[in-house]
Amino acid sequence: MKNPENPVQLNVVGKPFRKVDARAKCVGQTKFADDIVLPRMLFCKMLRSHLPHALIKSIDISKALALRGVFAVITGKDLPIPYGILPVSQDEHALCIDKVRFIGDPVAAVAAIDEDVAFDAMNLIEVEYEPLETIATIDEAVLIDEPRIHDYGDSGNVHKKVSLEFGNVDEGFAEADLVREDTFFYEGNTHLPMEQHAAVAHFDSDGKITLWSSTQTPHYVHRALAKVLGLPASHIRVIATPNGGGFGGKSDPFNHEVVVCKLAMITGRPVKVTLTREEVFYCHRGRHPVLMKVKTGVKNDGAITAMHFESYLDGGAYGSYGVASTFYTGALQTVTYEVPRYKFQGLRVFTNKPPCGPKRGHGTPQPRYGLEIHLDKIAEQLRMDPVEIRRRHLVAPNSVTANYLRIGSMGLGKCIDKVVEGSRWSERFSWDQSQRKLPFGKGIGIACSSYICGAGLPIYWNNMPQSGVQLRLDRQGGVCVMCGSTDIGQGSDSILAYIVAEILGIDPFDIRVVTADTDLTPVDLGSYSSRVTLMTGNAAIQAAERARELLVMAVAEKLGVPIENLSLAERRVFDVENPEVGVSFAEAVVLAESKFGTIGTVGSYSPPRSPGKYKGSGVGPSPAYSYSAAVAEVDVNPDTGIVVVERVWIAHDIGRSINPMLVMGQVEGSVYMALGEILMEEMVYRENRNVVHKFPSMLEYKSPTTMEMCDVKTYLIEDPDPNGPYGAKEVGQGPLLPVPPAVATAVYNAVGVRIDEVPITPEKVLRALKEKSRGRDGRFGPGAVPSVDWPEPLRVLTPAEGGDGTEMPRVAVHS
Amino acid sequence: MQRHSKKHIRFTLNGEQTEVAFAPHKTLLEVLREDLNLTGTKHGCELGECGTCAVLVDGRSILSCLMLGLDAEGREVKTIEGMADGAELHPLQQTFADLGAAQCGYCSPGFLLVAEELLKKTPNPTRAEIQEALSGNLCRCTGYIKIYEAVELAAARMRGEKFDLPKESVYGLD
Repeated sequence: MKNPENPVQLNVVGKPFRKVDARAKCVGQTKFADDIVLPRMLFCKMLRSHLPHALIKSIDISKALALRGVFAVITGKDLPIPYGILPVSQDEHALCIDKVRFIGDPVAAVAAIDEDVAFDAMNLIEVEYEPLETIATIDEAVLIDEPRIHDYGDSGNVHKKVSLEFGNVDEGFAEADLVREDTFFYEGNTHLPMEQHAAVAHFDSDGKITLWSSTQTPHYVHRALAKVLGLPASHIRVIATPNGGGFGGKSDPFNHEVVVCKLAMITGRPVKVTLTREEVFYCHRGRHPVLMKVKTGVKNDGAITAMHFESYLDGGAYGSYGVASTFYTGALQTVTYEVPRYKFQGLRVFTNKPPCGPKRGHGTPQPRYGLEIHLDKIAEQLRMDPVEIRRRHLVAPNSVTANYLRIGSMGLGKCIDKVVEGSRWSERFSWDQSQRKLPFGKGIGIACSSYICGAGLPIYWNNMPQSGVQLRLDRQGGVCVMCGSTDIGQGSDSILAYIVAEILGIDPFDIRVVTADTDLTPVDLGSYSSRVTLMTGNAAIQAAERARELLVMAVAEKLGVPIENLSLAERRVFDVENPEVGVSFAEAVVLAESKFGTIGTVGSYSPPRSPGKYKGSGVGPSPAYSYSAAVAEVDVNPDTGIVVVERVWIAHDIGRSINPMLVMGQVEGSVYMALGEILMEEMVYRENRNVVHKFPSMLEYKSPTTMEMCDVKTYLIEDPDPNGPYGAKEVGQGPLLPVPPAVATAVYNAVGVRIDEVPITPEKVLRALKEKSRGRDGRFGPGAVPSVDWPEPLRVLTPAEGGDGTEMPRVAVHS
Repeated sequence: MQRHSKKHIRFTLNGEQTEVAFAPHKTLLEVLREDLNLTGTKHGCELGECGTCAVLVDGRSILSCLMLGLDAEGREVKTIEGMADGAELHPLQQTFADLGAAQCGYCSPGFLLVAEELLKKTPNPTRAEIQEALSGNLCRCTGYIKIYEAVELAAARMRGEKFDLPKESVYGLD
């Protein structure tokens, strides 16, 4: 991998250029999916189940079909092939066939002349249901085996059970001076992108279909459509429109995308669907509610000897990314801090609620929240400063963790230093309530985290690159970069332009960026798992270096200058020793095209192989890991329980900023989203009343406005990683992770109560304060975890124990 | 649902005399997007909850999803498409682009128009005044901070002051 770690001079990388699409977004020119209008276009509405769990006895579409202006009505039998994002969870139908699994599950779809007619037709569809018992919670799902929501999974309504042990944790606990156990609950929440999902399908006279959709993963949508529609993939084109916010919520292939394609095929006319905000809540795929139990052994000096982490995920009605989410709740514990022996048990259940999936931080904010508070409690027991206990466990750079994740650069130590210094931590923190440094009600808390920069393995097993970039150089000096990546607002289109401009010595705004079109662009797996800058960046470097090589060969020949003397900058190719000797970039392309023919190059990126080879080792490996540390300062009103987060100091180990301004934007946006999760956002249902969502609207699903957003002080730590493009690591998700636990520990510091459950609402604070005033612990949080029959863990020797990354042979257990 | 024939209105749209006919139950948002092809005005909820569809009517920001198209008769409506002065972007549009205040850009048209209204009334707003003015607009990407900074930078430039991109907001703290 070409990796210019110490380039002589960078002209574009590291500079705060505006995004290549920024102006279009500020003048209303950007075309989002719902902005697409095609001649003769029809409009789609989907009839959704009003029952959380029921058999479909019959569907009568005759009245709807007879309505004037209706062109087609379809039901599940028109789309009988199941699909799903993961190969192991092909459990969705575009329209339910024989049963519905949550309120909002679609059963029929209409294409009509306008939305009003489609809506009227939808209401004329008659569905006869036979209600089934509902499964509303993790506890119910573990206890109630019948009726099963799905007829697959590990047992009853348990979708997936995972049990892994790295090293002998019992030995580790025996060595410890202190063993502590805590339970936590992280409520589910949703992405709430400002743009409602929308899609337009066009079926042409050659039998080919084009889908424009607000999706983060056009490649996976392409695969799902090929499977479900029965068309060859070569006849299907998926174009991801710029996403009006994604955050993980547009990463699955969705039923409405399949449905508009089918309706377009039936009617021969373009069909558009735009979800209402209420429907977006039902699409969900957001943060899993997770109940956690964690047990850690430490020496008196704070060194961790062993950790046992259990997670219980409420998956909702479908698989989605859930198997990966389950593994992710357990995978990264060892990346943030040194954990020499580690056991993970995870369980995901099906419930009759909208399906959960990947939201920013995928499976990681929940354990991070639990573990950081847990560590804070341990520090208090040991009377250690919370900063010191964290510094004690820093993972060594260029090491391999107990569960075989390979760490590259590791900037957490520097991150901690920055936020501790910025927040004047030592002047303000004390465990001792009688010697408070801040007035009662004011508090400060710290937490740390790490995150992947792309998943080491693709979602479906293959040996192909995860990212491809193609460059075409025009003889008049234009450069077109093509890549399957999808801009969801993070700036992935711009990253391609910056990197190519850097290497070819041109201006980023000289470059045409064509992305996210399965007909035109090489595959990139999509905007998820914080993979895009690292993977497309490396692919872009390779493609641009190859183009550069062709240019310098041609120019060297023309000028009679050695190749190694040539430099590309300021739209010129010139002799570094004699800068006036050179040609313009356009002339260089002409020379290269004259010599070699049409100039086009490709680049691709595949992550390095992971040292882990045990079953389950596919989730967690990444080319690099980012690190973050945050200090939160809060004001807690003990009379109202209202928590105001006044300021967050956050330091993020970015490796290197390709564009520091965009990095800042991701950090600030992550702090914002974390603030929503910790203080107010929750996907909650009336468990005893049909498991109906309590408030599928933006007004009542509380999210932070300008009035709730805190001040943010950001530090960017640049510790280049050898696997990152120019050393860059991720920033889209990692900085969200330390904020919720930093706020929770700050609340404890402010008023002395532990809120071991997200979100920290005024009600919970008041209840904990009341408890405390009665002489009890002053804690709000879950009690026991469900009793589960865990399988014997798969045992893996750690690298320190001489393991080779494979699991140990299972031996019969003698009692 | 009973269908009515289209009604016809005249109003000033982005400075131009405009006539349009549409079904009378349509909101201004729908008329702008569907009957006038001005898709720069976005929607996030169509229930008056998110601020995304804000436009200026007679200089005041309103939620176009809550206003009937018919009520635009004779009024002056400004959308994001009318914010630039010809090819010259409004200072707010420039600073939103230059400072990364538009990430996904979906909420940006609403924010920009509400900010324009603010700066017209309050050319030198405090951070608190900016927060107050923009509190009806939701953004899920930025955490609002780059938006405040963009408003402050545009305000300074509109007052004729020299004001560069703040180093802290593009490079972070040292």
